[in-house]
Amino acid sequence: MNQTKRNTVLFLILTIVVLCLFVINISLGSVSIPLKEVIHSLIGGTSSKETWQYIIIDYRLPKAITAVLVGMGLSISGLLMQTLFRNPLAGPYVLGLSSGASLGVAMVILGAAFLPASVASLLLSSYGIVLASSLGSFLVLMAVLVVSYRLRDTMAILIVGLMFGSLTSAIVGTLSYFSTAEQLQKFTFWSLGNLGNLSWTSILVLFTCVLIGLLLSLFSIKPLNALLLGENYARSLGLNYKKARLIIIFSTSILAGSITAFAGPIAFIGLAVPHIAKLVFQTSNHVVLFWSTLLFGASIMLICDSISQVPGGDITLPINAVTSIFGAPIVIWLLIRKRKMIG
Amino acid sequence: MENKTILKASDISIGYSHKKGNTIISSNINLTLEKGQLISLIGANGIGKSTLLKTLTGIQKISVVLTEKLPPSNLTVFELIALGRQPYTNWIGKLSELDVAKVNEAMELTKISHLAAKKYYEISDGQLQKVLIARALAQDTPLIILDEPTTHLDLLHKVALFKLLKRLTQETEKCILFSTHDIDIAIQLSDEMIIMTPETVVQDEPCNFISKGSFNTLFKDEHIVFDAEKGRFFFI
Repeated sequence: MNQTKRNTVLFLILTIVVLCLFVINISLGSVSIPLKEVIHSLIGGTSSKETWQYIIIDYRLPKAITAVLVGMGLSISGLLMQTLFRNPLAGPYVLGLSSGASLGVAMVILGAAFLPASVASLLLSSYGIVLASSLGSFLVLMAVLVVSYRLRDTMAILIVGLMFGSLTSAIVGTLSYFSTAEQLQKFTFWSLGNLGNLSWTSILVLFTCVLIGLLLSLFSIKPLNALLLGENYARSLGLNYKKARLIIIFSTSILAGSITAFAGPIAFIGLAVPHIAKLVFQTSNHVVLFWSTLLFGASIMLICDSISQVPGGDITLPINAVTSIFGAPIVIWLLIRKRKMIG
Repeated sequence: MENKTILKASDISIGYSHKKGNTIISSNINLTLEKGQLISLIGANGIGKSTLLKTLTGIQKISVVLTEKLPPSNLTVFELIALGRQPYTNWIGKLSELDVAKVNEAMELTKISHLAAKKYYEISDGQLQKVLIARALAQDTPLIILDEPTTHLDLLHKVALFKLLKRLTQETEKCILFSTHDIDIAIQLSDEMIIMTPETVVQDEPCNFISKGSFNTLFKDEHIVFDAEKGRFFFI
């Protein structure tokens, strides 16, 4: 079929784009490293300058890998939620998942003072923050789901998500009022989003979480396609709706939760990327959408990260600012052409 | 003798369960659904037609056509019908040659093959109804249940849809059960009818219902009278 041929070509181009962006992303930064040297060190050779080698392996490679993981994970969690909630405006950020994760992290970073020192140090370890963040996003998602069960109107679900968002930010605000300057700074930096500064061990934890989330989503492709017809048709096709929904929610919260924990609450990627995939591939088939969303997520996050490094400059913009500048216009544009909105 | 019965319900009750116990809408229901039959379910609004159909679909996997609107998506007609093959596909939902053949067969039976590549939101309501029926056919269950398939259609399309359903029962040997408010057309085209009233649920052939005067019990209103000779309702 023509469609299949077109998709194959698109996938091929996208894969090459991701690989190129990955290498370009590593070569850009305050110290410019020639592409040849980057490729050379990436495939195992030694770079002609020792400092370059050090910058690439210990700083830029981990950051590029984080960008890929974050982009993939957030985009897929957005895709899952848009289908599950039957709402094109659903996404980890809009539904308050990121705020939930923020609340979890705020509780740990800002609330640690109220706990005994031994418990506090345990909680403040990177695993403690991951756990708190995942738990926070899971709880918010559950709350949104309980409410959405009673509200059939999907627009109301989004408003509920926004309400949870402001509720959690109010609690975070209250907590920060009672915190020390040092704790506040730590939390503020976390909330601006940061793809760098991750040790290889943290990357491994993040990789494992994202992998689990992506595998679960891979096994949700068939239920997701059934859900395109709505809950009742899906049931008549023999879908175990409760089980499928639980798996989808679990994978969404592990993806959004772990990513938010390590990289901070990154906006709009989860909402915007699935739409780009849907627009380019013109399909609702989740087999195609899954892979295209993965590739688009990775490439867009790599682009955003490259921009945030301000090539040639010394400063680094917060990644959250860049994704918002990129994503907000897309959301506005989606609202304007709402009548043609695709699910 | 060949067993023609697809579904037999003896003495069932239907209703809702909620926190404070159960509400029973109707009980002592006896139904027999046989191969190759077109069966219509009629009754006043709110009598429990949908509940009865839902109860039947809850018993086993049955392909359905519902009244609810589809959520927004980019599905093409072919993809939508192919979703009916889900119970037969592998974990990722890949269509085998048999699946594709079944989808094509369903499209040919409902005469919508020319629409295959269109997005489902680009076609008319009448066409979409056919697509949903094709999806149910592709699911390949011996019984297909439709909840008010003729709503929102004009007379021409209503009659065409009834004739399509009739033809499908003859060509595929499947049993099709559907609820409807178009009693006049249902009387002419159904093999059997199920009449729901607050008191009873009865199944019989349309001509027997006419001779028994059952249609006059349908609506509790002296202004609506059934004319047995002409086979239709009159308003006084």
